Amino acid sequence: MKYLHDTASLELFTEKCTGCGVCAEVCPREVYVISEKKAVITDKDLCMECGACALNCAYDAIKVSAGVGCASAVINGMITGGEPSCGCGGKTDNAGCC
Amino acid sequence: MDSKDGGYCGPECCPPNNEDNAPIVAACRTKVTTEWSRSDHVGQILCRLSNSFRMKYSVPPGLYALGAPDKQSDVFASANYKLSFDILRRSLKGINAWILVLDTKGINVWCAAGEGTFGTDELVKRIDENLQNVVAHKRIIVPQLGAPGVAAHVVRKKTGFNVYFGPVRAEDIRAYVEAGYEATKAMRAVEFDFIDRLVLTPMEIIPSLKLFVVYALSILIIFGLQPVGLVFNEAWGYGLPFLALGLLTVLSGALFTPVFLNLIPFRSFAIKGWLAGMIALAVAAPYLGVFEMGKPLAWFAFLFFPLASSYIALQFTGASVFTGISGVKKELKFAIPVYVAGAFVSLALLVVFKLGRLGMI
Repeated sequence: MKYLHDTASLELFTEKCTGCGVCAEVCPREVYVISEKKAVITDKDLCMECGACALNCAYDAIKVSAGVGCASAVINGMITGGEPSCGCGGKTDNAGCC
Repeated sequence: MDSKDGGYCGPECCPPNNEDNAPIVAACRTKVTTEWSRSDHVGQILCRLSNSFRMKYSVPPGLYALGAPDKQSDVFASANYKLSFDILRRSLKGINAWILVLDTKGINVWCAAGEGTFGTDELVKRIDENLQNVVAHKRIIVPQLGAPGVAAHVVRKKTGFNVYFGPVRAEDIRAYVEAGYEATKAMRAVEFDFIDRLVLTPMEIIPSLKLFVVYALSILIIFGLQPVGLVFNEAWGYGLPFLALGLLTVLSGALFTPVFLNLIPFRSFAIKGWLAGMIALAVAAPYLGVFEMGKPLAWFAFLFFPLASSYIALQFTGASVFTGISGVKKELKFAIPVYVAGAFVSLALLVVFKLGRLGMI
């Protein structure tokens, strides 16, 4: 299953990529393959913006605005005027989304 | 005591409690087994049913000894949500290992990683506090779903420990270790099959039922309200079909949409939920006499219930494992104005109906 078409904020800067393959290793959605010593995005619509690849890229070659893909978290954020939060960090009351 | 002989932390003994051994002794005293007790099983079920129970279901952070680990044994990192910890230790049957539990405020690995509590800083801190002098190697196996919070290269720089991202599912850990810390492609991908989705539905249905109670009271009052006060027959005659439709809507948004997620067309959860609600309503309406209730009420039904189903289904983005925040924001930008407008028009239709019943129009 895939989410909305062409919406994920994922960007890959191939010129910085060393082909180490960490992104492909940590991605739970099989977004990356390594081809000719470079990471390649197979299908951006697979991306759920968890941010694992960008955080673990030691060469700063990936950008994604990571966050929780959770409607009640986003609505919470709108109401409180803060960041989207489902309260999973124990900061606020839990909205029970994850 | 010579650490090379292994097994010094067996079931019967812990090493002498001197300064050198202090960390090992501390860990030795928090021994755990791979077995689940009855209360562990009950706890798992309650976690699926009650949010307040789940939020308190935690274990103290720190280092735990599973079986009889020694200085060469693997270290597995986990969250201090008790269900995460229990599933990990159960999947390590026959393996002597250390479990390093991070303080994630009782939240599971993936969500805590997203929020940053299962994160680089916490892992570095736990390694410094709990692993020094306990193991002679520099390997720590972190669940792959912890990767959104843990930057492996930063952990290595700060502690010297190499983070090995283990498989997504704990049940694959044995195969992963036996393959020399190599995960297959299948072990790296999250699945979201029928059963995965089904076990999540109680936590969708239960919060929706709270909304249903508010809805039910409002509906009974609106239908029952007469110049002479609340009239039971009036409340019940129209109210009962509308209570049934309300329940059906909860089911279509919180059960049918999640369970048939892959079969319902469109990628938007709001549209999927609306469609499911519309189909459920179209099937049930003739049996509940919706078309005989007059135009304002029939219009109300076909406007309100599919939209309510859409709203409830949208909440399932939180439990789904393929929805990103950009997509959710995009959906909400469109959906919220529609919901608000729909709510106003629905209310207006009820007022029109009510005025008609009271002979005022």
